[in-house]
Amino acid sequence: MVLNCRHVWDYISGYIDNTLDAATRADVEEHLAHCEICSAVLDSTRNILILTADDRVFELPLGYSERLHARLADAMLEIPPPERESG
Amino acid sequence: MIEKVLGGQTETFHELIRPYERSVYLMALSLLHNEAEAEDAAQEAFIKAYRYLGKFRSESRFSTWLISIVLNEARGRLRNKKPGLTDSIDDNSEGSPVPAQLTDWREIPSESLERQEVRTLVRRALATLPLAYREVFVLRELEERNVQETAEALGITTASVKMRLHRARIMLQKELAPQLKSAVPASRRRFPWF
Repeated sequence: MVLNCRHVWDYISGYIDNTLDAATRADVEEHLAHCEICSAVLDSTRNILILTADDRVFELPLGYSERLHARLADAMLEIPPPERESG
Repeated sequence: MIEKVLGGQTETFHELIRPYERSVYLMALSLLHNEAEAEDAAQEAFIKAYRYLGKFRSESRFSTWLISIVLNEARGRLRNKKPGLTDSIDDNSEGSPVPAQLTDWREIPSESLERQEVRTLVRRALATLPLAYREVFVLRELEERNVQETAEALGITTASVKMRLHRARIMLQKELAPQLKSAVPASRRRFPWF
C-alpha cells in the first residue's frame, strides 16, 4: 500500500518501537526511502528521545539522598512499624 | 527485603528504597516542575510507602507501586494549586499532532547536553506536554518502564499508553526540533579554501 506523509507520521512511534506488522513496516520503509521530510521527522524524533532520556537533563539536587533518609528516619520513629495485612 | 521490614527489621526500608530514589524524584519533578517541591513530594511518597507497606501486594512490582504513590502525591499537589487542572484527554479523538517538517535536520549530539541552555530547552519542552501525555512519556522514555507497567502505574489501558506516547513524542519533536536546530548549529567544519 502506498502511504502518504500523514499516514507515516501516525506510524512513527510504532516504527521506532518496532511494533508494526511486517507489511506496514515495509510500506513505511518504502515511503522513507523516497521522502526527505519523513526521514527527517523520524531521525529528529529518535534523536530527541535519546536527548530527553539522558540523565543530565534532570539531575538530582545535591544532598537529596541524605535529606530523604534523614526525614524518613524521623518519620519512622513516629509511625507504627508496618505489618502484613491479611486479605 | 519487604518481608524483613514487615517482620520488624524496619531499618531495612532504607536499603529497600535506594534503587528507586531517582525515579520517584524524577516522576515528581516532571509533574511539579519545581525542585524543592518535587523533593518534598518524593519524601512524602517514601514515607507513605513505609506507612502502607503492609498493603503492598507482591503481584505488582514494588517500583510500580512506588510510582503510583508518588503520582498520587504530585497530582494532589497540582490539584491544590490549580483545581480543575486534571487533563481531560480523549485518546480516541481523531486529530493527530503534526510534526515539525525539517528537511535539513542534523543529529544533535548528546554532548550538547553539557550546555545548560540545551538542558533547559529539553526540560521546557517536556513541561509543555499535557499532563496525561507527560506522565506516560516520563514512565516510558525516562524511567524505561514497559507498556504494561506504565498502564498499571497510571491505571489506564495499554492502548492508551501507546496512543499517548505516540502523541507525546510527536508533540516534543514539533516543539523541540526547530529550537535544538537553532541552539546547536551544525558543527561540520568547512575548509576555508573552498
